[in-house]
Amino acid sequence: MKFALSAIVLLIAGPALAQDVDALRARSLAATCAQCHGTDGHVPPGSAFAQLAGMPAAYLTEQMTAFKTGARPGTLMPQLAKGYSDAQIAQLAAYFAQPLAGGKP
Amino acid sequence: MKRRSLLKLAGATTGLGAFNLAGCAMNAIGTPDSARVLVVGGGYGGATAAKYVRLLSQYKIDVVLVEPEAAFVSCPMSNLVLGGSRGLSDITRPYDTLTSLHGVRIVRDMVASIDPVKRVAVLASGGTLRYDKLVLSPGVEMMFDRVAGLKAAGQQGRILQAWKAGPETLALRRQLEAMPDGGTFAITIPEAPYRCPPGPYERASVIAGYFKTAKPKSKVLILDANEDVTSKAALFKKVWAESYKNMIEYRPQHKATEVDAVTNTVKFEIHDDVRADVLNVLPPMRAGAIAVQTGLATSNARWCNVNYLNFESANAPHIHVIGDAIQIAPAMPKSGHMASSHAKVTAAAIVAELNGWEIDPAPMLTNTCYSFVDDKRVVHVASVHAYVAAEKTFKTVPGSGGLSAAPNELEGSLAMSWARSIWADALA
Repeated sequence: MKFALSAIVLLIAGPALAQDVDALRARSLAATCAQCHGTDGHVPPGSAFAQLAGMPAAYLTEQMTAFKTGARPGTLMPQLAKGYSDAQIAQLAAYFAQPLAGGKP
Repeated sequence: MKRRSLLKLAGATTGLGAFNLAGCAMNAIGTPDSARVLVVGGGYGGATAAKYVRLLSQYKIDVVLVEPEAAFVSCPMSNLVLGGSRGLSDITRPYDTLTSLHGVRIVRDMVASIDPVKRVAVLASGGTLRYDKLVLSPGVEMMFDRVAGLKAAGQQGRILQAWKAGPETLALRRQLEAMPDGGTFAITIPEAPYRCPPGPYERASVIAGYFKTAKPKSKVLILDANEDVTSKAALFKKVWAESYKNMIEYRPQHKATEVDAVTNTVKFEIHDDVRADVLNVLPPMRAGAIAVQTGLATSNARWCNVNYLNFESANAPHIHVIGDAIQIAPAMPKSGHMASSHAKVTAAAIVAELNGWEIDPAPMLTNTCYSFVDDKRVVHVASVHAYVAAEKTFKTVPGSGGLSAAPNELEGSLAMSWARSIWADALA
């Protein structure tokens, strides 16, 4: 039975592609921003928070880094940005910069 | 497993559309009889988990959410309803967007029991649901037996908790409105951990803000079982001294043991009895009843131990417990935002596992928490938590996180935006 189940999973999911795993992890990391900045960075209209989806990666990296170093003041972001490594910031920036971050259904 | 079930599973798995349960046989009342992922409880944790399993699986994994309430009512912001600046409708959102936008099948029911071996949940209405993975987000249950007389006082509508937002929030608001000027509102706080560490202090502050304009001769008494204010202590104490001098009185080490609903009196382990016009007694809390009953609450018989990498129960494979019900990692608050963070890590892990992929070895969580100190000004606490493999737990990232410098209206507006964002992130 266990074999049959696994076979079905493989049949449907196909072989585990590195890019699928990476995409899942990038989207999961980006999801740590979503409680404030909206699912996949699409902030609700009229929000006090910045829209992240579709912003240029260089701009996002620059702002996050400025929050992290203290160059840009703020309320929560200077405290939150310090929780992310430079590599994670680059990953987040690349994710949100995609034309359709995450994609809508 | 029989061939029929196998075909069902295959049918459910291949569904690529937004709402495909064609492979699931339906019983007479329209409830599916199986789910790849079954989510129990539609609060901040459960609703977010249901949406994110759909989202992160590219809508390939079927999700059934079991929730008894017709709509989502937010605990965060509910103290504003007590203060009178917001109504219950302002903190209520529909569940149906989870279905219309994300294809989550919602069953309006309660789960009466779970068989972790057979992987079957039995509904209160009598139906059964088989699952491959179960996400249990049961919230907290009040331990009424720890405060004598409290359950009966609540049933009579005399002494309330309103620690789950809804009709009881309105009932407590009515008690506050009916209280004469010069009266006393007293809130008792159980020993930590309990749901929403700063919540009681926020409640006391917001109610004092209401009294200040509507009933200025009234008093607010905070009777805390803890040694000191458990969250944002310096900020709250400063506000109480500066904005609510002679109105709010804070008394630590007050562990409530008994209430008398006739005289509206609360008794303590050590200190003298306190009588108040409106009493809000919060008893100790534990994981929601279904988690306790399933044998998952093995930490002090109160909280559920989990593997923090994927929030799988330490006691039952394929059951992931999230939100307030878990035994927390260091510095991890029992908050709505944190439950949402648990949900996302869990959803990603479940999607990876069902695809046969390695789960993320380094998940991250965030928490932000805004507390109102009146109807406009807010103080926050924020943190970032990273999984530390060597210790198999989450820890706050060194140097990250922090508090507001002082209460301010700018963060009051951020708090409202936070609410709109996180509700949409969970439901829409």
